[in-house]
Amino acid sequence: MIKVTIDGVETEVEPGTTILNAARQIGGDLVPPAMCYYSKLKGSGGKCRTCLVKVSAGSAKDPRPMPKLVASCSTPVQDGMVVQNITSPEVLEARKGVVEFLLINHPLDCPICDQAGECHLQDLAFEHGSAKTRYEEERRSFDKIDIGSKIQLHMTRCILCYRCVFTANQITNERVHGVLNRGDAAEIGTYIENVIENDFSGNVIDVCPVGALTDKTFRFKSRVWFVKPMYAHRNCDKCCGKTTVWMKGDEVFRVTARKDQYGEVEDFICNDCRFDKKLASDWTVEGPAPIQRNSVQAQNKYLQGIKVDAPKNIGYGNISDR
Amino acid sequence: MARKLLLENINVPGIKSFNVYRANGGYRSVEKALKTMSPDDVMEEVKKSGLRGRGGAGFPTGMKWSFLDRKSDKPRYLVCNADESEPGTFKDRFLMEYIPHLLIEGLIVSSYSLGSNTTYIYIRGEYRWIVDILENAIAEAKHNGFLGKNILGSGYDLEIYVQPGGGAYICGEETALIESLEGKRGNPRMKPPFPAISGLYNCPTVVNNVETLATVVPIINMGGDEYAKIGVGRSTGTKLISACGHMNKPGVYEIELGLPVDEFLNSDEYCGGIRAGHTLKAVVPGGSSVPILPAELFYKTKEGVARLMSYESLSEGGFASGSMLGSGGFIAMDETTCIVRNLWNFTRFYHHESCGQCSPCREGTGWMEKVLHRLEHGHGSMSDIDLLVDIAKKIEGNTICPLGDAAAWPVASHIRHFREEFEYHVKFPEKVAHSPFAHSVDYKRELNTVLQ
Repeated sequence: MIKVTIDGVETEVEPGTTILNAARQIGGDLVPPAMCYYSKLKGSGGKCRTCLVKVSAGSAKDPRPMPKLVASCSTPVQDGMVVQNITSPEVLEARKGVVEFLLINHPLDCPICDQAGECHLQDLAFEHGSAKTRYEEERRSFDKIDIGSKIQLHMTRCILCYRCVFTANQITNERVHGVLNRGDAAEIGTYIENVIENDFSGNVIDVCPVGALTDKTFRFKSRVWFVKPMYAHRNCDKCCGKTTVWMKGDEVFRVTARKDQYGEVEDFICNDCRFDKKLASDWTVEGPAPIQRNSVQAQNKYLQGIKVDAPKNIGYGNISDR
Repeated sequence: MARKLLLENINVPGIKSFNVYRANGGYRSVEKALKTMSPDDVMEEVKKSGLRGRGGAGFPTGMKWSFLDRKSDKPRYLVCNADESEPGTFKDRFLMEYIPHLLIEGLIVSSYSLGSNTTYIYIRGEYRWIVDILENAIAEAKHNGFLGKNILGSGYDLEIYVQPGGGAYICGEETALIESLEGKRGNPRMKPPFPAISGLYNCPTVVNNVETLATVVPIINMGGDEYAKIGVGRSTGTKLISACGHMNKPGVYEIELGLPVDEFLNSDEYCGGIRAGHTLKAVVPGGSSVPILPAELFYKTKEGVARLMSYESLSEGGFASGSMLGSGGFIAMDETTCIVRNLWNFTRFYHHESCGQCSPCREGTGWMEKVLHRLEHGHGSMSDIDLLVDIAKKIEGNTICPLGDAAAWPVASHIRHFREEFEYHVKFPEKVAHSPFAHSVDYKRELNTVLQ
């Protein structure tokens, strides 16, 4: 076990643990946000740069600080490392910058987006972003495409976290989609308009942090905060069969995998459970799902521990002072 | 005449062919290294020479080689980075095109030192014709027993392969290059692990620039200590500088490091001065990604010390008043150059070449390009200038690979040194909007009349 100090809190972790996971073991406010890192997917992380932290002492042996901010999701801790996250103004400034970068080409169509209410980008922008934009140029946009009969890809919303690519690589039998082009023209695509059809392909919807990949059986049926998440299970020969069903009365609106407090899937589920079992009689309901971090289901708790500086910054559509 | 090591025989007719190259003392270093030296001896010589990477970062080559994991039982690889795509840099092209055997010779000696039996030359796709030149040189070397099995009876085997890339700037970053060489999308990898531990096919790998590897030849021929005597301070040896811009004699020059910049730019032996009737305005001394220097800070540092062409002297003053030697892409601009347009051009390049993996670079380069496009075409506002500085600050240091820094440094430095020119573009949109090229005006004078 090695010692690491994050924001003044000391903890002991296994060697090889990343800074982010060490912070998650401590929990609370000092956990850096992660848009691309996904603990269940090997090789993910390092891309979105929201989890940047400052290493003010590299290790007990070599206590020099690291010259740049590092991505906490892909930097392993060293014995005696001292990390600053929310206590470092430099980190908060960089994070604010990253949020701004993620949002400049995002359509901000939350009012019509199915992910609204459980969107990681919404949470991130709420916690770390500014209420005003400095971006006046045209935003990048793409046409919506159907990848398979049950999944729709709305590339305009994508933040290129690569999670769905890793999921398809590691969970499903074959990957037919990937990243095409480069720079801000990069897009997730199935070359050419191929169809993703295999038993676990629906999991790309669950791992997507934004509304780029959505469930066509649920699109525009209901806002997520009008349906109640219930833990349920059924006997499934393909997957674990343990899911969250989202119900209104006796009607099942959608089925997703169970997610932990960081919005990560606990067990991947198959497409039969996700798309085809939409009757209450298909499921044995266990009880209400615990309220998740990324859900407006947590309505009254939403403001806890978050400093809101939004009202004084809101521009009320006054373009001239941008 | 200054001492030439790499380009000593460049004017010998037919130096491209093996026989002429051999007759002029070529492949001596291979004989010397393989017959009389152990791999570690070669590395010691390179360490002693103080050779620093010629690709841009200037990291000591001997130290880089010593990081290579020699204990693992995996094969070790040497990869030659010939993906020279930095705007303003064309020294490797010259070297490979006109004296290809020098690179092959350097590769054999370096591979022997590193224990690589398979060495790759990753060359940018646009250098299609050089691929043929190099493959021809490899075939000739193989025919004469300098490549293949049991080279010169030493028991050492080596094959060299040339792999053209798809033509992406990002594949010049060593981990992206390795990804691309493996046949994947050229995205930079997260570090650690560094390539010296886990690189090509997860095996220990060293990636070096063309010029670095070619320089190993004179180092072995003359000895590391002797080589270290050339140059100044920690900048030892000679360096190829590809000079371009508004000068009388643009081209590739081999200089001894420590040459005064004044002599390099204005003497007839090198660039031959700025074209007649014009004066120097600014210099980008090391390829488009290094900070720009206005003429007064180029000739002398802020403290008034004359600058030399060396790693240390050019970076004197840090980023506030200095720059970097970088890859040696020396761009001189006279007073007819529009700095805003120049910056827009640079930024457009980085926008186009960003791989799109990490968000600050993917979104930030495009944003800067759009704001600069607006400024250049007379639609900008004063707040745009500060916005650019802020975007650059938020990209710098927050990305996976140095491309983000490379995109941010020019923006920060152009605005730092030539702010009045950006303000001119905001104040006189009608004057800049219809001019397709440079605007030959005295920005300071024009602005002062308005401000008074």
